[in-house]
Amino acid sequence: MTFINYAAREINCKIVYYGPGLGGKTTNIQYIYDRTIQGAKGKLISLATESDRTLFFDFLPIELGTIRGFKTRFHLYTVPGQVFYDASRKLILKGVDGVVFVADSQEARMDANLEAIDNLKLNLRDNGFDLATLPYVLQFNKRDLPTALPVDQLTRELRIKDEPIFEAVASKGTGVFDTLKAAVKQVLIDLKSR
Amino acid sequence: MSAADLVIMDEDHRRFADVLERLRSDANANLTFLQDRNGQQIAMAGVVDNIDTTSLASLTAGNVAATDGLAKLIGEKEFSILFHEGENEHLHISVVASRGILVVLFDEKSSLGLVRLRVKKAGAELGTIMDEVTEREQSRQISGTGGASPFSEITDDDIDALFS
Repeated sequence: MTFINYAAREINCKIVYYGPGLGGKTTNIQYIYDRTIQGAKGKLISLATESDRTLFFDFLPIELGTIRGFKTRFHLYTVPGQVFYDASRKLILKGVDGVVFVADSQEARMDANLEAIDNLKLNLRDNGFDLATLPYVLQFNKRDLPTALPVDQLTRELRIKDEPIFEAVASKGTGVFDTLKAAVKQVLIDLKSR
Repeated sequence: MSAADLVIMDEDHRRFADVLERLRSDANANLTFLQDRNGQQIAMAGVVDNIDTTSLASLTAGNVAATDGLAKLIGEKEFSILFHEGENEHLHISVVASRGILVVLFDEKSSLGLVRLRVKKAGAELGTIMDEVTEREQSRQISGTGGASPFSEITDDDIDALFS
């Protein structure tokens, strides 16, 4: 649900990073925070456990610039990856404009990826959204690990429509901004078509 | 889409800000703040020098959403009021017109009783305006007359320029 504020001449959209636990959702957001200039970003809020696992969400507001005289602001959220925080994950999807799914490329995490996609579909439906029509980008993270599966195989198993796919090594920043840019583009095109 | 987009015009903003300023004054509060349940700030009145209002809105939305979840677990529809008591500053959070959240920040110059009393009236006024805004946008989307959107003509170049 986009928020267009004519009084402040700004538009606010919400993008949620979703995916299995320890897949690199927070690392994506952290890299965006580190590489975004002061003034174009707000505070990075992390509601995490003592061991740095996301407990509720991470939140990062960024401002991308102006379109037709309107400031374009994006609120980036991550969800907790761990299954037992599912109730929290559902809450974060409220009012979402676009989703980035951060998949873990490692073979051992394939079941967790598939489970998280099914869970995403379900939680979106409970919030009144349909993944088939929602702006959506798929990221294959951890491409640098020797245990990473080939991209073809990941694509075959995880792609659910014609969503753009990006290979990433979020810890080094590879693919992080490409993924974000694709998500932003889809959200804005979706907004245009309404 | 599960809900209509929230579109605030200048006039809406002025009406919200008027009610918030009156509430701030009547309740002797430091800050009054209206946002939606998704964490988007709509209008505010008062001193915000040391407060990151974007974070305030996001965390408040998370707080209300989590509390809603708790309410449903015990069979309640919602907990419509939350109160956080600090050593010096206190937060009074209430749900207005189902999609809005009213936040009042106050200190020892005021009291919980006074804030609750004033919020009741102001919350109803804000709720009425919010319902009007929502209905207007819904009827626009249904009738397809949402021509006011400045984004209907954005180009790929506009989008690419954001990342240049």
